[in-house]
Amino acid sequence: MTVAALAGILTAVGAVPFPQVDQEYLFQARQMQALSLAVHIPLVCFGLAFPTMVLFAEGRYLRTGDPLFRTLAQRWSRVMLALFAVGVVTGTILSFELGLLWPGLMASFGNVFGLGFALEGFSFFVEAIFIAIYVYGWDRLGPRLHFLAGVPVAIAGITGSFFVISVNGWMNHPGGFTLAGGRAVDAHPWSALFGNSYFWHEWVHMYFAGFIVTGFLVAAVYAWGFLRGRRGRYERTALAIALTAAAVVAPLQLVIGDWAARQVATGQPVKLAAMEGLGQTTAGASEHLLGWYDGHEVVYGIEIPRLLSLLAFHNPDATVQGLNTVPLADQPPVNVERFAFQTMVGIGTLLALLSVVYLFVRFRRGRLPTSRWFYRAVVAAGPLSVVALIAGWVTTEVGRQPWVVHGVMRTAEAVTGARGIPVGYGTLVLVYVGVAAAVAWLLRRLGRIPLPAEGAQPTPPAAPEAVDAP
Amino acid sequence: MLPDLPAVFILLGLTAYTVLAGADFGAGSWMLVSGGAGRAAVRDHARHAMGPVWEANHVWLVFVLVVCWTAYPVAYASIVSTLAVPLFVAAIGIILRGAAYALRGQLDATPGRRAIETVFALSSVLTPFALGTVAGAIATGRVPVGNAEGNLLSSWLNPTSVLIGTLAVATSSFLAAVYLAADARRLRDHGLEHAFRSRALAAGAVTGALALAALLVVRLDAPLLWDGFTRGAGLLMVGLSAAAGLVTLALVRRAHFGGARASAALAVAAIVTGWAAAQEPRFLPGLTVGQAAAGTSTLTAVVTTVVIGAIVLVPSLTLLFALFLRGRLDAGAAPGTPVPDPHRAADGRPPRLGPVFALACLVVGAGLLVFGNAGWVHAVAVALLCGYAASAFVLAATTPADASPATAAPGTRRPGSAV
Repeated sequence: MTVAALAGILTAVGAVPFPQVDQEYLFQARQMQALSLAVHIPLVCFGLAFPTMVLFAEGRYLRTGDPLFRTLAQRWSRVMLALFAVGVVTGTILSFELGLLWPGLMASFGNVFGLGFALEGFSFFVEAIFIAIYVYGWDRLGPRLHFLAGVPVAIAGITGSFFVISVNGWMNHPGGFTLAGGRAVDAHPWSALFGNSYFWHEWVHMYFAGFIVTGFLVAAVYAWGFLRGRRGRYERTALAIALTAAAVVAPLQLVIGDWAARQVATGQPVKLAAMEGLGQTTAGASEHLLGWYDGHEVVYGIEIPRLLSLLAFHNPDATVQGLNTVPLADQPPVNVERFAFQTMVGIGTLLALLSVVYLFVRFRRGRLPTSRWFYRAVVAAGPLSVVALIAGWVTTEVGRQPWVVHGVMRTAEAVTGARGIPVGYGTLVLVYVGVAAAVAWLLRRLGRIPLPAEGAQPTPPAAPEAVDAP
Repeated sequence: MLPDLPAVFILLGLTAYTVLAGADFGAGSWMLVSGGAGRAAVRDHARHAMGPVWEANHVWLVFVLVVCWTAYPVAYASIVSTLAVPLFVAAIGIILRGAAYALRGQLDATPGRRAIETVFALSSVLTPFALGTVAGAIATGRVPVGNAEGNLLSSWLNPTSVLIGTLAVATSSFLAAVYLAADARRLRDHGLEHAFRSRALAAGAVTGALALAALLVVRLDAPLLWDGFTRGAGLLMVGLSAAAGLVTLALVRRAHFGGARASAALAVAAIVTGWAAAQEPRFLPGLTVGQAAAGTSTLTAVVTTVVIGAIVLVPSLTLLFALFLRGRLDAGAAPGTPVPDPHRAADGRPPRLGPVFALACLVVGAGLLVFGNAGWVHAVAVALLCGYAASAFVLAATTPADASPATAAPGTRRPGSAV
């Protein structure tokens, strides 16, 4: 209670102390946060990209009058609502955990970055309101009005991710405050979040990733059906829209990733060194594929001379900062970081190749590819795109360690003093496994139920086609 | 003035959450006590009635959290670290409830339905109870300033907290019964209307008794709070809440559900405001609202955001509830499928310039992004790449997929594969 007594004496605004505590289970706290993020982020992708795809299908219906597009948009919209409902929940858990696990971060810097979440809250609100009007309003609103009700859903999905990633950009490249006694005073939230040069590449990278993950996951379901002979006009149209959404942006991630890497090279050189396993500061540094970082250098990898300098600074002779420039206590876990980064880049490159094949056939031959191997690849691309997405977030979040606010506050200073983190972590794992099992069971069951015929009015909420595959 | 404004927003958010999401929770708890095959109609009514507004109601909680951690960071961190247990329980309840709701919506005639409904109903009781104990812990001054400084168990497992948790569950059930009776009347289902009218009367009586009991416990357990409730604005609000509760019971008895909806909401709003008035200016022990507040530019940013947000939200929410309460978003019984209004029967060939535009955007955009260094060059590059992505998408997705030789021969299409 001495702290409370002290707090009562201090009357100046912002001078309330919030001392650091020892937490035995910091690593479990980090894993718990990572688990919750990994569950939530694929759903974010659907929030980013799916409304646009649904609206495109409905727009085609309005333009052509072809009822097939209406059926498609209607069925997709129900999947969209179910995923949104789960996303609301997993997102709420994240906002709880920010405080439950990292009260030090919230107490010291909530006044700087909290605004980003407040803005996101409003986006979330708009999304929740109009997604309900859109999905429950089929047949009840005029066709134009109904289409218009969907537009705010698409916009709010984009602005929501914009505001959340502005917070992540700030954590990686903090500014807009004065530090006093370990806490932010004189905070300027607008410039801290949106005047941050480090934020834009992250957001663009994630925005395009949203289309890749959504497009490939939806396409994977139809590709599975294709392999089993379900190739009607409806399936072909659905597959074409989903696959095109992913394929036009997947190759772009290579140049956007290059942009992001150059930003990291200048803004967070230690993170780049960890991503590449560069032990010593080197001029004309080599890139290593695969291999293992043994504490000094990458062993058993494939070395490509000077490529790292070329990629990071567009100059094959440029000097790249190594891990040795900071003490060991300030270095992120290098092998986790390298493995995550290489996973993302590897899968991303494969997805880009698959996309180029698809776009080539589509534009040059004016049709869908015919090879069974193509469709097998699309089935694999769905889950792989999620793996790449999570690997990418691991790269940026683990690479920021041991800092929660880069260079300003350590994760260990942010963690809660509450006991029982392992119990909470175990409970959360059990709950998520239980929910996943229930969803899998549901998908199996629904896969066996005959779906209503094309053109029929399904009673809401009808079975989504995402469950058709098994 | 400025340091208090976000607290006013938090109170408004809390009131909206209690009144709107509280009714959702209550609808879930009625599903729990309405077991048996004959009560399936009651359960279905409770579930369908909250469909379109469920997500929007839920966001109020997120709103309260984000305003609190932005405007009063140390107070927020102290509260959540000390009250980690009930908040984690509430979080688990929210996961189970949301997952069960999303799953339940996808199945109508499968055997696992009851199990999922039970999970939904149990979590609908657990979550408001846990959140109620949190309110009780803050109100009785059991959350000291600091990182998990308070007792992790006794801070929320105490007579006042437990009673307020129970009161939260009862209030939710009462609100839900009133709203569901009103919905049943709109649907002209007299059986359901009667069922929820009697539930509303019973729940209202229980809620009133619990509220009185809570006041007595507060007198013994938290004298400071009791003082606040027995004078000035606190007393006024307690009186208003009691009066509105009694009026609601009378209106329900006479089956005036529209008015009962409003007065039930007023009763809840009054007690939330009364809590704030009773505590004012204390936030946590030794920490006033003014001391907890962030700096001026943060507070200004929060206020600006909320004002701009309200300009967007108020019309949107009005539209949603207007459609919802008039039954425009009800399941089934569509007023007729609208006639499509196509611009033209079929698409012509895609315009010739499309591919050139897409390719130019791609090449110039990628070049600028890779070789440019200034921020504005990158911005132009990203805009061009988005232009490429949009135009290439439209080109590729509007090419008729009919031309595909991938079309299977008739007969390979299996029954039931219409999707």
